[in-house]
Amino acid sequence: MTKVYQSVEDAISEIRDGARIMVGGFGLCGNAEALIAAVAESGVKDLTLISNNAGNLGKGLAAWLRADIVRKIFCTYVGNNEDLHKKMADGSVDVTILPQGTFVERMRAAGAGIPAFFTPTGVGTVVADGKEIREFDGREYVMERALHADFALIRARKVDPAGNIRFYRTARNFSPIMAMAAKMAIVETDELVGLGEIDPDDVHLPGAFIQRVVHVPEHEDTIEYRTVRTRSEVQS
Amino acid sequence: MSWSKVEIAQRAAKEIEPGSIVNLGIGLPTLVADHLPADSGVWLQSENGILGMGPFPYEGDEDPQIINAGKQTVTIVPGGACFDSATSFAMIRGGHVDLSILGTMQVAANGDIANWSIPGGRTMGIGGAMDLAAGSKRILVLTSHQTKKGKAKLVHRCNFPLTARGVVSRIITELGVFDPKGEGFSIVELAEGVSEEEAREKTGAPIV
Repeated sequence: MTKVYQSVEDAISEIRDGARIMVGGFGLCGNAEALIAAVAESGVKDLTLISNNAGNLGKGLAAWLRADIVRKIFCTYVGNNEDLHKKMADGSVDVTILPQGTFVERMRAAGAGIPAFFTPTGVGTVVADGKEIREFDGREYVMERALHADFALIRARKVDPAGNIRFYRTARNFSPIMAMAAKMAIVETDELVGLGEIDPDDVHLPGAFIQRVVHVPEHEDTIEYRTVRTRSEVQS
Repeated sequence: MSWSKVEIAQRAAKEIEPGSIVNLGIGLPTLVADHLPADSGVWLQSENGILGMGPFPYEGDEDPQIINAGKQTVTIVPGGACFDSATSFAMIRGGHVDLSILGTMQVAANGDIANWSIPGGRTMGIGGAMDLAAGSKRILVLTSHQTKKGKAKLVHRCNFPLTARGVVSRIITELGVFDPKGEGFSIVELAEGVSEEEAREKTGAPIV
């Protein structure tokens, strides 16, 4: 049975009101742009969003905030995301800010069948409030629980019909981990290739973690902060 | 005369051991990349998934899918590697990063650092700061000595929400280089023309 769906609408057809959804991307880098847009247009609401930044510059997941379909967010960084600052200020979205390493390790644990783990990150800070602290070999650690989701929406460079994935550069970020942590992982791929076209040793994420694939060749790929050097600068 | 931002970055570069793995925080620490000797063999780590981060790309060569943790376009040096965020934070939390250079809002004489939230202010978020602070082998802080309103950033104890406890080993500001010593800060070096009296006056804890 192929995992390939012909449209993004078909690929997200199982998403219902109140779903918990992980969305890959570091800011706007590596976003599943078509899947994000399709969810915003589908009419689903009361979503829990698990994503590092929840959009920026009015783009990406900012569309979900503007459409008012998100009730709860787990993220690590707000920065200049004005849409998120607005939702936090008016109290319409419940936002939990986590340390980035804890955020991703909680998802990794969920995907790996580990209910909880101890990390040194956040000991002595508000992040540890109300959580179990335990000492190992003379150092304190805080217990963190696995973070699960119903869906993961991710972006890849190359996918085959079995769901084997290759990512590209820093567009990889949280995506493979989110795919592992979700009951249904849906991948939007730049390129759809045949079985065997990705060498087994070159697979970044095996197909076992992917349930649906949709081919989306065109992406906007917005640059948030364009920084360059001029050639003369280097010569001097 | 106190140090400029560039001079702070140049002084910070001297703290970096050849061949080490270094993570540079957003803002002032980012400038340090420009002052590493070409033959230093230093690998810059970016927590969004690069070991071997290079300089900004030439105009026209920007790739939207090659960014640093500040979401700026960057490059990857020959020998560089890309990986997912779980691997990146295993590198950080697991003690494989030799040095992290961070900015701050407050840093205390007991080595505590508070750099993610100002009470009553706009919350920017934690990002990778808590993991970098808790997991790196050494933490160097680069900061202005005081806030824009003239309040000390080097304090006896932080009253802003903490990022990590007791992790900072050295601080470089426009006035010089300082080490947290528990109840106060020691002066390692003063910028040219800065007196001990000025440093004492602008520091929110005793100079010891």
